[in-house]
Amino acid sequence: MIQPKRMAESSLVQIKGIRDGLLVSLGEAGWPVAQRALLERIEAQPDFFKGARLSLDVGAQALKSPELTALRDQLSERGITLWAVVSTSPITENAAQLLGLATRLFKPTPQHEHTRPTAGSFPVAKGIDDETALWVNKTLRSGTRIEFAGHVVVLGDVNPGAEIIAGGSVIVWGRLRGFVHAGAQGKKDVVVCALDLSPTQLRVADEIAVAPRRSGKPQPEVVRLKDGRLQAEPWTSG
Amino acid sequence: MTGTVITVTSGKGGVGKTTAVANIAVALASDGKKVVCIDGDIGLRNLDVIMGLENRIVYDIVDIVEGRCRTRQAMIRDKRLPELFLIPAAQTRDKNAVSPSDMVRLCDELRAEVDWILIDSPAGIERGFRNSVAPADKVLIVTNPEMSAVRDADRVIGLLEAEEKPAPSLIINRLNPNMVRRGDMLSVDDVYDLLRIDVIGIVPEDENVIVASNRGTPLAMDGKSKAGQAFRNIARRLNGEQVPFIDLESSSLWDRLTKLAGRK
Repeated sequence: MIQPKRMAESSLVQIKGIRDGLLVSLGEAGWPVAQRALLERIEAQPDFFKGARLSLDVGAQALKSPELTALRDQLSERGITLWAVVSTSPITENAAQLLGLATRLFKPTPQHEHTRPTAGSFPVAKGIDDETALWVNKTLRSGTRIEFAGHVVVLGDVNPGAEIIAGGSVIVWGRLRGFVHAGAQGKKDVVVCALDLSPTQLRVADEIAVAPRRSGKPQPEVVRLKDGRLQAEPWTSG
Repeated sequence: MTGTVITVTSGKGGVGKTTAVANIAVALASDGKKVVCIDGDIGLRNLDVIMGLENRIVYDIVDIVEGRCRTRQAMIRDKRLPELFLIPAAQTRDKNAVSPSDMVRLCDELRAEVDWILIDSPAGIERGFRNSVAPADKVLIVTNPEMSAVRDADRVIGLLEAEEKPAPSLIINRLNPNMVRRGDMLSVDDVYDLLRIDVIGIVPEDENVIVASNRGTPLAMDGKSKAGQAFRNIARRLNGEQVPFIDLESSSLWDRLTKLAGRK
């Protein structure tokens, strides 16, 4: 009876080499089982894995940051660096982003700072339409990156060093001092608004702008594309 | 006895983590508490130098973890304060010689024997940082009033939040009141405005800090300097006392008026 179970557990772990190191795909199973299967596999070939950069595809598995932290530490004790976690679950994706792990492989350009992402640079989740928004109920600190195919609403600040890349509009109920790209897949009828709009850099579709140095009391502002240029105006009712 | 583990970290290097650990440890130990400092900066150890215990190292943290000595044997007792101990880092190894679970095990063992365990984290957010924060009950983040240090502190706070650690507290180190008054340095308010975490200490810039670390006698040992006083106040706040912040800006009515006007 033990033999077939072992077989099943090892088939949970698929490994292939990719440009950025090893990509491990975990099959559908409870997280404790899948995690154990992965660690057993590593234990079986410690030399093969030592020093590896590992990306992990966990499928639809919903994982929170303590689980990811625990796995990352266990891997790092075996000399393996976990650098990316790919998942179709927004919970896992969010947790991975908060821990500073990559959540997408094969970025078209590794240094997105200097190039404009083109349409389709990240996959559109199924069922996302114009009505979908991601609700972020906290301050985004430096190093946090949020990518979402729909709109993004932040109740909190976006600090310098934080990045939001949205397929739709971005609304910040707080101070926006980080980086925002709205309409990242080329959608032009989107807006970026914030109670205090002083981003490091702002992009809408293919247009880039840097906030002018402003003096005086900040006021809510909205930025949209007008005649092919980014224009800011007071964000008022109506 | 159940000791509290406090990790001092910053993200950016050179902001005064090690100085803060040495001084807070000295202040706590002068108060009669039993304190162990752990140098988490394996490969680039400094805490032993600042505490003036360098020449007494026999065993280090890697020896404990790898079972070459008992924990007690690696604890160097301070000559001046008998309740103060240091577990030094290994100089000839790197951060991977110790794992987060090793640190948790070591601190759990120490907790039974001492009141405070202070861990001096290395700069950065990689393995050494994760080793240092893994056992922490409380994290103190040291920053300087300058943009790059504050930015890194923000990153570290984000990482701690993601790992669901208790909210960290902030030490603003090397504040120069004159420069703040001239508008050439970020003020405490500016730093707080971005980071929004509890401020547990404000330490003024003080040349004596450098003199003291070269001598291996942390400023909080005696000294009438304001920096030493500020570190002693941090220790008292850790003990749960309510201590007002030292008035560094000693602002006159005129200063306050201009500050108000400058705020708009």
